[in-house]
Amino acid sequence: MRSLLRTVDRVTLRDIALVCLADALVGASFGAIGVSGGLPVWVPITMSLLVFAGGSQFAAVGLVLSGGGAVAAVATGLVLNARLLPFGFTVADVLEGPWWRRLLGAQLLTDETAAFALLQPDRRRRRAAYWLCGVALFAVWNASVVLGAFAGGLIGETGALGLDAAFPAVLLALVLPSLTDRRTRAAALAGAVVAVAATPYLPGGLPVLLALLGLVFAGRGAAAGPDPVPDAEPAPDPESVPDPEPHPGNGKPVGRTSRGSGPSAPITEEVH
Amino acid sequence: MPLLAILLLAAGTYAFRIAGPALGHRLTLSDRVRHLLAVAAAVLLVALVATGALTQGHGFAGWARPSGVLVAGLLALRRAPFPLVVVAGAATTAVLRLCGVA
Repeated sequence: MRSLLRTVDRVTLRDIALVCLADALVGASFGAIGVSGGLPVWVPITMSLLVFAGGSQFAAVGLVLSGGGAVAAVATGLVLNARLLPFGFTVADVLEGPWWRRLLGAQLLTDETAAFALLQPDRRRRRAAYWLCGVALFAVWNASVVLGAFAGGLIGETGALGLDAAFPAVLLALVLPSLTDRRTRAAALAGAVVAVAATPYLPGGLPVLLALLGLVFAGRGAAAGPDPVPDAEPAPDPESVPDPEPHPGNGKPVGRTSRGSGPSAPITEEVH
Repeated sequence: MPLLAILLLAAGTYAFRIAGPALGHRLTLSDRVRHLLAVAAAVLLVALVATGALTQGHGFAGWARPSGVLVAGLLALRRAPFPLVVVAGAATTAVLRLCGVA
């Protein structure tokens, strides 16, 4: 840990600390709102340890608390976390090494850890930033969820306190930074209209998944070529420009172009 | 939220995480897939905000809750600190209910 601390520069250390602080607040709200909404204390705590992805945790718990089925909650959480897939490919070189390190390190993959790793200039520092941010976030996130969950048990009347507004409020604060792109906004707006319109007629949770119809407005993405292949393709792509860099995603936040700001605006980042 | 649901969500999420480090050299994702995954996350979150703010069960949630979410959204747009965003949203809803708005 000490050598990791020395490898990463002061500014990065400060930014990681700020992100941890911000996520602690989100984690505490997650625990508190979940338990005060009627969930047993172990649910937010177990989720945070095993899922460790704030946005999907809020989404799944929010769906269940508003009467949606568990299946819809799992499906929604999984679609949300599918964005971790490209992050995983982008930081793959950071996790090279013994298998146990790869298995452990993968659980620490979040929006934040990927962002911090990709901001580093070389592989050694990418690795240090990834592990530092990952371990710190994992500890802080889970501790704050536990604290929040026990505090939430003390809260009585959730309706009178307006806590039902807190769930959508948190999600809105999380998603706003990723809406800077016009096409993303169009897709999201169309999806929201579909979801709200379908709510009276469909079982809970399904309307939100139906919102994915809004993806027809998503466009092809800024970096997509003229004839993009929709499926994953083998790595040695003969048509791709030869890359002098030995590692994929070197210093460039490839997977983050359409997402919000960097870690300098921690709270506005999609959590985990 | 049954334990099985949590385990399924956790297992699926871990699969997304480990795929890159495990297959890194044998597979790449096209830019189009990356873009779609990022937009899909935003679309779902906004849909959750909209349904969570406006609906309860199969009906309208009343005016108090969406008003609170609106206040929170405006504060978030102005880059207010996270705790303020959440507390102001909940407080707006609470005050409206206190005044008799459902």
